[in-house]
Amino acid sequence: MSDYSRRDFLKVTGSGLALASLSGVLPGIMGCATTKEVQSALFTRFGIDTETIRKVLSEALVYGGDYADVFFENTISNSIRLEDRIVNSASTSVQLGVGIRVLKGDQTGYSFTEDLNLESMKKAARTAANIAQGSKTIPPQEFKPMNLPNYYPIGVSWESIGIDKRVDIVKSLDEEVFAEDSRVIKNYVGFNDSEKYILVANSEGLLSTDYQPMLRVIVYCTAEQDGERESNYFDYSMRDDISFLTPDRLARMPKEAVARTVKLFDAKSAPAGEFPVVLTPGSSGILLHEAIGHGMEADFNRIGTSIYSDKLNKKIAPEFVNIVDSGLNPSIRGSINVDDECYDSKETYLVENGILRTYLHDRISAKHYGVDPTGNGRRESFKHYVMPRMRNTYMLNGPHTFDEIISSVKYGILADQFTNGQVNIGPGDFTFYVKSGSLIEDGKITAPIKDVNIIGNGPDVLEKVSMVGNDFAMTEGGWTCGKNGQSVPVSHGLPSVLVSSITVGGKG
Amino acid sequence: MNKLDLAKWTQNFAKKQGANETSVVISNSRSIDVEFRDGNIDKLTEATENSLSIELYAGGKYSSHRTNDLRKPALQKFVNNALAMTKYLGEDPFQALPDPALYEGRPEMDLQLFDANYHQVETKERVANARQIFERIDGKDDRIVSVTSYFSDSHYENIHLKSNGFEGSYENSTFGAGAEVSLDDGSGKKPQSWRHYSTRHLKDLPDLNMIADEALKRTQDSVGQNKIESGSMSMILPNDQGRGLLGRMFGALNGGNLQQKNSYLDGKLNTKICSDLLTIVDDPTIIRGMGSRYYDGDGVAAKVMPVIDKGVLKNYYIDVYYGRKLEMTPTSGGTSNVTFAPGKRSGAEIEKDMDRAILVTGFIGGNANTTTGDFSLGVSGWLIENGVRTKPINEMNISGNYSDVLNQLVEVGNDPYQYSSWRTPTLVFDGIQFAGL
Repeated sequence: MSDYSRRDFLKVTGSGLALASLSGVLPGIMGCATTKEVQSALFTRFGIDTETIRKVLSEALVYGGDYADVFFENTISNSIRLEDRIVNSASTSVQLGVGIRVLKGDQTGYSFTEDLNLESMKKAARTAANIAQGSKTIPPQEFKPMNLPNYYPIGVSWESIGIDKRVDIVKSLDEEVFAEDSRVIKNYVGFNDSEKYILVANSEGLLSTDYQPMLRVIVYCTAEQDGERESNYFDYSMRDDISFLTPDRLARMPKEAVARTVKLFDAKSAPAGEFPVVLTPGSSGILLHEAIGHGMEADFNRIGTSIYSDKLNKKIAPEFVNIVDSGLNPSIRGSINVDDECYDSKETYLVENGILRTYLHDRISAKHYGVDPTGNGRRESFKHYVMPRMRNTYMLNGPHTFDEIISSVKYGILADQFTNGQVNIGPGDFTFYVKSGSLIEDGKITAPIKDVNIIGNGPDVLEKVSMVGNDFAMTEGGWTCGKNGQSVPVSHGLPSVLVSSITVGGKG
Repeated sequence: MNKLDLAKWTQNFAKKQGANETSVVISNSRSIDVEFRDGNIDKLTEATENSLSIELYAGGKYSSHRTNDLRKPALQKFVNNALAMTKYLGEDPFQALPDPALYEGRPEMDLQLFDANYHQVETKERVANARQIFERIDGKDDRIVSVTSYFSDSHYENIHLKSNGFEGSYENSTFGAGAEVSLDDGSGKKPQSWRHYSTRHLKDLPDLNMIADEALKRTQDSVGQNKIESGSMSMILPNDQGRGLLGRMFGALNGGNLQQKNSYLDGKLNTKICSDLLTIVDDPTIIRGMGSRYYDGDGVAAKVMPVIDKGVLKNYYIDVYYGRKLEMTPTSGGTSNVTFAPGKRSGAEIEKDMDRAILVTGFIGGNANTTTGDFSLGVSGWLIENGVRTKPINEMNISGNYSDVLNQLVEVGNDPYQYSSWRTPTLVFDGIQFAGL
């Protein structure tokens, strides 16, 4: 465990990491019309049936656990990368296994196996069972499949798309980047896709299945002007198929990547100290992820360690502030049809008209508080236990216009591109890193700025949200949230927002 | 089938199916984590993992693949699909296995990366260790909201085979212990901090009571933290914090970033890039070192390598692929143990001698731009006045450019950190831009 793994952070998903794949061995779920057909296809994929699950759960409950679940997963990922004008490497990865969890009160026993034969699964189940020390609990005799809506239907699976199609897209993006501006000296393109097949069954007799596709494409370029160099990028990430990459969207990538890069040649250093900060619509939602989202995850509140632990149903922001965490946004990166412990996904209000409303729950915390689950129980993979995690976290539109917001600022910062953030849950300190933005002087946007960290305190900053625009947008990029060593895909969004004062960490 | 036989079988199968060259790594690991919270085991996790990675070189094209399904029929399908995919890529003349001469000259000593007593550790001992840390903290401060202690260990083994003659294998163990503490200081904030140590051998872990005491002390120290006026001040980085500043700067030494023109240190080899107080050596041969190794990911034999000598840049981290592209001799693709030539005084002695400075005890967020050398990082710690810690600070930020800031290094301590691959001593910088109020 590294010194950093117990912190919570958010970052743009790393590019070029070698992950990806082809399996072709197992049946997909394309063409399955009903829940029953999907379930049947996944039983075949994992080589199991309800009787196997019942036997494994029976072993998991052998020492009297209150609850047990099995999480079967098969994830197939592919990536190709282009560097120095050549599509010069491809990677694939196949992950297959089952995680077995046993709960006794708030305590968790966890084990997993990559070997899906009954004996290996029973052995892993007995390891997890050890968290309890009593007499056997009876497992369910039947499993009830959950009928769930699909928030990311796709027309064609990634497995059926030839590598040649990906190669053509990547090469074309590269050509357009160099055609865009003669100052470009280097360009990288990464194309990543994955398909995650999940089957979860628990000791309450519930059974859920999901198929989670993911696409991410990134263009990262470097330009040179008068001996100075700058780099920047543009990326898309969605739970979607190849049809997402329309000619219009593809044409936008090289233009945005190059424009973001060459803009930096004119950028000045940001000031140091407390200033008004205007956040532009879209990826600025990182503010919410760090300033409130993590602090509202109920595992921290259950043990009283979050700065929000004592603030439920209290006013924490102006009444035009409404903040939602939802898994239901069509094709958005953080959406889930069902969480990783058989609770259906929901739209959850964290803040409603400025009042703090609901924590984000997993099974343990929902039971602890005696409330309905919110469908936030997520895990990175079958190798990991469940925790409350965000999905898509965003603020709804407010009453102001972008122009009104800008013109109200005498001297401040406009922040419009971000790379990463972090929070300390207890004291509420959080940061987000502004890759690119501008100064605002006398109500007008003036010189560009770059590479500056902004640091504030969650509840303090929410109180200082003094204007909210009517121009909401969701980020388009590939954000990954890290918590206690587990990474999950998330998204966020924001309309234009004015924070009246926050520390800008410029060079002065 | 043992790992070596399976690796050979996979290599032969891939070559028979059309690969010109291959590199195969098969690994397995086991880890057990115990978390103890508020008097009970909170989580008990046991993990056993297997993995096979294969790199394929076929017709001037390259791809890499990983699976955890090690059954032969699945592997055959996996390799066939991987080769089929590779055909669609572009030819890259720089993709090839390393020159076998680079495999020669591995360290001959026993680096003691594996604790022979590892298999004797039982879960009840792991639980007892986590409990001891918890009980040491529990009840020591009326403001405690929650204490989580943890003890973990892992065992990793791998075999690495390349089709042009490289064969390597190693195993290591890791033991970790620590605690997180949260307090309620009455202000509405819940100050929290933590302490964690990792070692290769169990008996090298510090005394568990000391770990517990440090976790509590750090949390107590963060009560009442606030930001102070922005301005230029001296900065003390204790020995466990150096990586927070320098780690990102090392990205600019990476061959990939150099070749892709994303390094502010491009063209700076054998020039002065920082204060002459800074001498850094990459040393993979430290006995039981957290970053010690016999060879790197390319199979290149590990060697002691000067990185910065009295402020002069002596070597980049160049792997085999980017070495070919840059027409430079490969050094290594990544850091092993990053070691520093020591100064004369300890961190405590240095602190006592500072008139006014900020002691940074934690970083939060921030980032650096390796292309330009600009960085901006969140910090917390203490204001030091006349050698005394007078005010706990947080919600502050430091910014600068590495080209400037590394020249503002004014003292290096004699106290390298022992529990990380980054063995930084205390470092003191003048004129750092702090942003706060």
